[in-house]
Amino acid sequence: MNVLSGIVYVFTFLSVYVQVFFLITFLERKKNILIRTGSIELNEYPGVTVIVPCYNESKTIESTVDSLINLDYPKDKLHLFIVDDGSKDNTWQIIQEITKREGYENIKIFHKENGGKYTALNLGLEKVETPFVGCLDADSFVDSQALKRIMTYFSDKHTMAVAPSIVVDNPKNILQGAQKAEYHMGVYNKKMLAFLGGIHVTPGPFSIFRKKVFDDLGPYRHAHNTEDQEIALRMQENHYKIEHCPDAYVYTVAPNTVKKLYRQRLRWIYGFIRNAIDYRRLIFKKEFGTLAFFTLPSGLISVLSAVFLFIMLAYNLINFILHKIVQINAVGIHNTFSGSGFDFFFFDTKTIVFVSIILYTSVMIALLVGKSMVEGKPRISFDMFYFMIIYSVIAPFWILKALFNAIRSRESSWTLERDVKMAK
Amino acid sequence: MQQQFDWKRYVIVFFITLGLFLTAVYVSNYFSDKKLNQLKSIQDNISIDVLSSETQFSLLSELSCKNVSDSVLSSELNDLGNKLEWSQQNLGATDEVNYLKKYYSLLEIKDYLLAKKISSTCGVKSAFILYFYTTAQNCSECEKQGIVLSTLREKYPELKVYSFDFSTDLSAVKAMLDIYKIQDTKLPAVVINDELLTSFQSVDALESRIKESFKLQELKPVKTTKTAK
Repeated sequence: MNVLSGIVYVFTFLSVYVQVFFLITFLERKKNILIRTGSIELNEYPGVTVIVPCYNESKTIESTVDSLINLDYPKDKLHLFIVDDGSKDNTWQIIQEITKREGYENIKIFHKENGGKYTALNLGLEKVETPFVGCLDADSFVDSQALKRIMTYFSDKHTMAVAPSIVVDNPKNILQGAQKAEYHMGVYNKKMLAFLGGIHVTPGPFSIFRKKVFDDLGPYRHAHNTEDQEIALRMQENHYKIEHCPDAYVYTVAPNTVKKLYRQRLRWIYGFIRNAIDYRRLIFKKEFGTLAFFTLPSGLISVLSAVFLFIMLAYNLINFILHKIVQINAVGIHNTFSGSGFDFFFFDTKTIVFVSIILYTSVMIALLVGKSMVEGKPRISFDMFYFMIIYSVIAPFWILKALFNAIRSRESSWTLERDVKMAK
Repeated sequence: MQQQFDWKRYVIVFFITLGLFLTAVYVSNYFSDKKLNQLKSIQDNISIDVLSSETQFSLLSELSCKNVSDSVLSSELNDLGNKLEWSQQNLGATDEVNYLKKYYSLLEIKDYLLAKKISSTCGVKSAFILYFYTTAQNCSECEKQGIVLSTLREKYPELKVYSFDFSTDLSAVKAMLDIYKIQDTKLPAVVINDELLTSFQSVDALESRIKESFKLQELKPVKTTKTAK
């Protein structure tokens, strides 16, 4: 038991370390966080192509494309490529109708056999003629100012890609509310990593790249169905700078059921583990800075600590239940739950309790900083509690499963999330 | 664009995190100390109670039972027992906790002797159970027995349960073990009405004996007419 509690302390220490690391960076750099409201003008508007890969997205594709058309950016400079990756529903018909209806000249549509998201993106990449290229998942919508704001970061000629701030679109239930808080925290974490050059993912929803990235480093790869992580790692390996634009908002439809969330996260975590293994040569190499010493190690640690803390929790829970069973066996159920009065003496004051309080407080601070970055004010909301409660209970399941799959090297499919079996 | 490795940041963050952890350790120790002090003060109170009752009893030369039974039989003893047991599990079996436990055993024995004397002299309705368990080895029956006795104690306020850890290194406890011929292979052991019962005793089994004990008292002649109840 002593060895176990020792491991618990180590993992908790590392988890708090991660939060302190972010917070210190925030306090040091908060003046450099640029949050703009309203429209801005750029000196020049370089050509940008946005690729929208879609697979069975008939419900959301229209709003996704509409949001792109409504971007505040010169129409002749913005090109849209919609790539249907062999959808089995009527996505292709809808795409065709959109081009007819809008009269928007710069939309090109492509239809191909199903081959996975990265193949759809690569098909688009082959046709790109503009100096900048981005992609937008078909379940996301962009804010009209997002592109302009992102493009300001390319005034630094070293910046090779810019990631946006992804926020949850119109949360309707507790699960989506929890994700809303989580995404806010994600905005904060990503900005801090950007300051330190440690971003490890250029998210599918609306990351914009210089086309040079793909010319130099090659197209997207399958990368365990997380091509957006792999391209970022490849860029880091080649010392290509990745920025984050906190005020470029992209709204994404968050999974509304535990099952859908589980599948999404299984893919993310599995992809992270596999990509981290593929790029393990970067870890703890001085030349790769924050990514090597912080982003990748902390990600792997969080996987291990979630697994371990969950085992501890389960162990304690089982002990508690066994104790109750003994009690019921001994004196019968009617005598078991007659609790005696509260006495502060019996309040657990072991070190681990205070350490846990520190950990939860640090996560709460991260949630608040994230919220203040997106919404302007660090107001406590129920979503934050939903996040802490729901994720502590269910996250270990997808992490465990992802780890299990990674060990067994079983693929978790992107398309499986749509409940459709991928036809190879 | 090769990155600079900013080692200072990592070191600073390490020390801040360490500081937070040490604060947690400090706060935890602070509360543990406070709890131990609380235990000590409860024990001191009980010790004074017992001593005072003994003295009072001697002073009155067994002539009057008035005033005696209320002040003695410190109800705090049970509370202390629970807290000590909790401390042993949660604060660890430190020297301090072990010391307090020995002291507690001693107080229990004194309380037992006195209460028994008062009960027989003044005819106070009461029943006594001596309970022997062990913490030195895994004893699942002991856990069950403990729960049964707590339940009974709540049900019958007149029931006094004195529990002794077999492994307590104290001559007075060892004497008790000798008197009742308790063996560590036959734990849990319960002594009620001077009869030794080994292995687990259910609520019903003990309940009938407790009632028997109450009855025996009613039959006993009481020396004085003044009783406390």
